[in-house]
Amino acid sequence: MEILIAIVIGALTAAGTYLTLQRRSFPVILGLSLLSYAVNVFLFISGRVAINAPPIISKGATQYADPLPQALVLTAIVISFGMTAVVLLLALGSYLHSGDDMADSPKTKAIE
Amino acid sequence: MSLMLLAALPFLTALLVSVLARFGKDVIALAAAAGTLIALIALFGHLPQISAGQAVISQMAWLPTAGLNANFMLDGLGFLFALLILGIGFLIIVYARFYLSKDDPFPRFFVFLLLFQGAMLGIVLSDNILLLLLFWEMTSLTSFLLIGYWQRVPEARAGARMALAITGAGGLAMFAGLLLLGQIAGSFDLSVILTKADIIQASPLYAPALVLIVLGAFTKSAQMPFHFWLPHAMAAPTPVSAYLHSATMVKAGLFLLARLWPVLAGSDLWFYIVATGGLLTMVFGAKVAIFKDDLKAILAYSTVSHLGLITFLLGLGTKAGAVAAVFHIMAHATFKAPLFMVAGIVDHEAHTRDISKLGGLRRAMPITFALGFLAALSMAGVPPLNGFLSKEIALEAAAHTSFAGVGWLVPLVASLGAMFSVAYAFRFLGGVFLGPPRPHLDGLHDPKPGLWLPPAVLVLIVVVMGFVPMLSSAWLVELAAGAVMQSEASVKIYHWHGLQSPALWMSVFAFGGGIALLGAYAGLRSIWNAAPKPDGKAAFEALLAGLAATARMVAARTHDGQLSRYMALAIVAVLSLTLYSSWGHLLGPQSRVLTPLTGAVMVGGAVLLAAIGAATWYHAQRILALLLVGGVGLMISAGFAYMSAPDLALTQITVEVVTVILMVLALNFLPKTTPLESGMMQRAGAAVIALSAGVGTAALAYVLMLRDAAFAPISAFHLEQSKPGAGGTNAVNTIIVDFRGFDTYGEIIVLGIAALVIAAVVDALLDAPGPKARLLDMFPVAGRAGDRHPMMVVIATRIILPIGMLIGVYIFLRGHNQPGGGFVAGLVFAIAILLQYIASGYGWSEARQRFKYHGVIGAGVLIATATGLGSWLASRPFMTTNYAYISLPPIETFEVATAALFDLGVFLCVLGAVMLALSNLARLARAGGQEDAKTPFDIVMPKRKGR
Repeated sequence: MEILIAIVIGALTAAGTYLTLQRRSFPVILGLSLLSYAVNVFLFISGRVAINAPPIISKGATQYADPLPQALVLTAIVISFGMTAVVLLLALGSYLHSGDDMADSPKTKAIE
Repeated sequence: MSLMLLAALPFLTALLVSVLARFGKDVIALAAAAGTLIALIALFGHLPQISAGQAVISQMAWLPTAGLNANFMLDGLGFLFALLILGIGFLIIVYARFYLSKDDPFPRFFVFLLLFQGAMLGIVLSDNILLLLLFWEMTSLTSFLLIGYWQRVPEARAGARMALAITGAGGLAMFAGLLLLGQIAGSFDLSVILTKADIIQASPLYAPALVLIVLGAFTKSAQMPFHFWLPHAMAAPTPVSAYLHSATMVKAGLFLLARLWPVLAGSDLWFYIVATGGLLTMVFGAKVAIFKDDLKAILAYSTVSHLGLITFLLGLGTKAGAVAAVFHIMAHATFKAPLFMVAGIVDHEAHTRDISKLGGLRRAMPITFALGFLAALSMAGVPPLNGFLSKEIALEAAAHTSFAGVGWLVPLVASLGAMFSVAYAFRFLGGVFLGPPRPHLDGLHDPKPGLWLPPAVLVLIVVVMGFVPMLSSAWLVELAAGAVMQSEASVKIYHWHGLQSPALWMSVFAFGGGIALLGAYAGLRSIWNAAPKPDGKAAFEALLAGLAATARMVAARTHDGQLSRYMALAIVAVLSLTLYSSWGHLLGPQSRVLTPLTGAVMVGGAVLLAAIGAATWYHAQRILALLLVGGVGLMISAGFAYMSAPDLALTQITVEVVTVILMVLALNFLPKTTPLESGMMQRAGAAVIALSAGVGTAALAYVLMLRDAAFAPISAFHLEQSKPGAGGTNAVNTIIVDFRGFDTYGEIIVLGIAALVIAAVVDALLDAPGPKARLLDMFPVAGRAGDRHPMMVVIATRIILPIGMLIGVYIFLRGHNQPGGGFVAGLVFAIAILLQYIASGYGWSEARQRFKYHGVIGAGVLIATATGLGSWLASRPFMTTNYAYISLPPIETFEVATAALFDLGVFLCVLGAVMLALSNLARLARAGGQEDAKTPFDIVMPKRKGR
């Protein structure tokens, strides 16, 4: 299980990083989404893997998953939605202003 | 009035003035003057206690762990300075009311002036040196605003900037010095520090602390080599110069030296730094003042010189020096402020401050002449005025000082300084008022009483202090000097000390030499004009230009707009640093065993990895890539559910839905594909970086998961306290709304702000002509799809709406005990409403919307805030929750917690933010010419007859 989670985190990070290195805004935004998944899952597993032990207090339960990373990740998920929305709007605004959706400044194309 | 209120009074008055701004200048000035007067009266209310030798203290813990406390103390020294600040402040307010022209923005001036007054008062009343520092920085900022008050004048802006840069930089040095001092003394409270002179002077940190603190004091009090900002600050309106640059701000450095005198003074280091700096500044400032033509420049350099004298006296480290310093602080404030005001009156009436264009004004402006005459004579040190008395005491102190074993050096230099003072004081007086009347100055007359009364009050003090010093001012000198020395001070001020007094002969020398200097002025002036002058301003500007050029060079090299390269650089830097810092360190032993995998999980994992790979591989086809990313999110929420995180699963799945809707809406406007632009090498480079990052994080995660934490996690507390402490069984929810409620509070505000940013960006886009045209261009054929709002979808979503809301309410209510809560409920509500937008169109939905989403966000934040504040009513800290169980017979016992109210705020904020973000994207589509549905389902019903 841990091996699979590690691979998933690695794959999310690699895919997210690759997409954020693109030059157009939309792939970069998708990349940021994938990176936020990676970060959220990473934060989440810092509470270590626990199966069938939700952090809901009940009489029969003997073991609980660590609730603190879960609480932190929960708000992080919602905040990353806010961030994605703002970045998306900025990308959209830049596209409507300039007519292209380059993330890189056009001036530097001439230099290279 | 308590000291805290006294310190707050100028700020409250500033607030009052800004509220009264529209009632005109008289009301504004009246309010400002009244506030200052009340503070002054309150100050005198404390006099009996101070006279009895007791400091007034008022304390409040602010950040005790950081040593920062709102502790105030008023003793003799503080009283003297507070008296200067408030007394002269009151006169300046009256003067400014008549000085400023009707085009000058009045409210701004008085608000700045009062803020400055408050900051100054804070400095002299602070008992805590960190608090003092706070006020110190505030004086730098407010004086920046005041010097630059005439914003359209370039010199004002440049002068303000220079003053801020220099006093601000000095403030930083002082910060470090005060921190060191606090470290040595073990407390940041002056009342403690002042008792630890021995420990402080014996400490190895004494020297650095002293140098740093003196840097702060020297920059503020315009001591060489930092003096050059003060003459440039004369671009300020004259009331500001009279207030800041004679009586208050420049004296703040002196105040600090005097305040810390008991613990810092007395060492050789103190003497050689402070006394030497002061003495040099005194001579240098006085010399330059002789050769300036602008009245305010003369006064500015004269101020530099007098500040130097006082610094020198404090630097002596002797009791006589301290007494002389205190007395000269009083004398200087009372004669210099009226001189500035007189210069202002002359400028106001004659429209010039150039001494070469003035002259002979004694007949036309007799009152102004009388005031200028007395104040200037006091500045020159003519008996019996107070300037004479303080100069005598100062010269007496200088006469008994030997410098590095040389006995005659200090008295000689001090006499030279006094001689220059005589010269520039007489030149000021003669150049403006004496001599033949100038024809181009015909028809001038004295100003209205509003302008001459304030300086007259001060000149009266000059005269009274001069004639009856023991009666009028000895008590105050004793109080203040006693506070400086932390011991009883007995002060004897006489006019005549006998023929054997060295000060008498130094004075005589100064008068003779000064008058001789004026006699040879023309010749000296031509030498002065030809002599090279080191220019502090030029050096300062060269330094700034150098810094700017360096910054520009670095920025041009690194910030070239190539975002993808910044990203690559940042990621490579993080990877290298991680590698570097972990290199050579051994891993701890594995302490956990692998959790077994089931077949279903393996399949799920394979699907997830495939989706990630495909999203990357096909990223150029944006819609496909988006759907794949959405799929990734869904698989992750399944993973959360499997790994005992039902709350996360719920949140992830609902966020995923709104994110995908948001992105699809945005893709409506963006190109649907990404062109291939980067070459093979670039893509390979990106892939290498990405794979390194991936392998690194995977390895890190793997290692982490198989080891227990080095320290026991704190979550045991949360699990234990969830039920008894917060009244809920869902530990995740109790953490969010209770244990870490403050975090959540911040987060919902951030979310709300993000949504408002989106609304603002859309507003700006719709206002700009370019984007608007591009939007209209984008959808050339309105209503391409005939069936934009299919009936089946519309009906299905209408049915879903109440069901969705019911589910939302259910999730909200159970949240405290079972998976759910405000975040998820808000998202569920948002999805239910979004479906209406999708199915029935923006116009239809908007027409049925009762509340603006901005308001929903605001209500959410307000409810959360009110819940948090509510705990204050029960005298508990912000956001303490309370709960009770209520049992009504027909239904089971249920629980009411204030946390649920807080969660309601979260719910509203999330709902409002999501809806505001998405509805704004829809607004863009509308602006692009997409038509609203005019009828339900877009079906045009045939009109019935008879209706």
